Amino acid sequence: MINKQISSIKQAVANIHDGATVMIGGFGEAGSPIELIHALIDQGAKDLTVINNNTGSGHVGLAALIENRRVAKMICSFPKSANSLVFPDLYTKGEIELELVPQGTLAERIRAGGAGVPAFYTATSVGTPLAEGKEVRNIKGRDYVLEYGLTADFALIKCLKADRYGNLIYNKTARNFAPIMAMAADTTIVQTKEFVGLGDLDAETVVTPGIFVDKVIIVADPLLESKLVNAGEIYP
Amino acid sequence: MTNEQQIGWTRDQMAERAAQDIPNGAYVNLGIGIPEKVVRYVPDGREVIYHTENGLLGMGDAPEEGSEDPELINAGKKLVTAIPGAAYFHHADSFAMIRGNHIDICVLGAMQVAENGDLANWSTGNPDAIPAVGGAMDLVAGVKIINVITQHVTKKGYPKLVSACTFPLTGVAVVSRIYTDLAVIDVTGEGFKIVELAPGVDFDYVQERTGCTLIAA
Repeated sequence: MINKQISSIKQAVANIHDGATVMIGGFGEAGSPIELIHALIDQGAKDLTVINNNTGSGHVGLAALIENRRVAKMICSFPKSANSLVFPDLYTKGEIELELVPQGTLAERIRAGGAGVPAFYTATSVGTPLAEGKEVRNIKGRDYVLEYGLTADFALIKCLKADRYGNLIYNKTARNFAPIMAMAADTTIVQTKEFVGLGDLDAETVVTPGIFVDKVIIVADPLLESKLVNAGEIYP
Repeated sequence: MTNEQQIGWTRDQMAERAAQDIPNGAYVNLGIGIPEKVVRYVPDGREVIYHTENGLLGMGDAPEEGSEDPELINAGKKLVTAIPGAAYFHHADSFAMIRGNHIDICVLGAMQVAENGDLANWSTGNPDAIPAVGGAMDLVAGVKIINVITQHVTKKGYPKLVSACTFPLTGVAVVSRIYTDLAVIDVTGEGFKIVELAPGVDFDYVQERTGCTLIAA
């Protein structure tokens, strides 16, 4: 029998090793798998390369992972936003590496990585500092920059409903990077609000087919980053 | 308030003017800041679909109190709603809509626009600043028409419409039309051309506040 459900969140993140590349879903707090991130902090893996659109808020979730000095390098498109304090501080001190990637290029690099496409050309960033040092090719009269697919050892994502095959659906704009990160990681670890029986998800509307998912843990009442930040919470 | 601030269009009037150029049926992406106001001023009788690049087509207004969902937000991470007929999708599909030329119009803010249409709106190039680009470079490379709403000059009074950008570029020769507090200006093969002047503003007044030679309407 196939059953991807894991009974403890500690067990779900147990295999994440020092130096791993970890994709973490979420755009701001929408889709941020806070409980999985906190379990990763507890687990202790360090020297991580983390791929996320942002760098977290306040002192919880991704920001806490960074603040606890587990992240050697961030790959993201927008590392500064409201309440984003931890990353800017470490970056200014030269204590964390940043690879800045345009948001759509980041998404497509992840999608390509998950689809077995090693690289692609895009017009995004042509003629800008973010294209410096990259191969440029003229195709049908327009210049394009060569960008490489991104893969990861692990993905941590959040969904609304999952079944034991790992089929997933999401909540509104919390979907953001999760489906493509699930494709691009060797091991995809999912926290779901609800766990449903096989057949309860309409096969026509499954967003992430279970083949892209390895482990599912139920977090029935997930924390909200904004509430934690407003309350001044610090993890751990 | 000084006289300087009383001349020309307000931020809302700039947004209202930009909204008039959005045709019925358009798929539109609005940047953060003054461009967000455009949504309020689309003329009656036009149906426009708003795209927000974090994964929603059919973005509606801010939610009423009590019906907010922190997982229903726009690219500026503000709470929004989804209209009847809206669709959610993942980031790669969202940027396929952008990169694949499916979005008709994008209205963005600007730090500088050059007379050839170069746009700088993501970084001052200051080595101490934290660089952050988001979706700006994807939008200018992929959306069919890029329009800009911006104050004509910086807070310190320097021109934002210039012969060549000194800030790092977001895109090369991408801007079509600029709505400032003083004028509506098109980027043409010959340079910036005045389309319309704000009430009480004359050509010389705009020219004095522009970093390159303007072409009269």
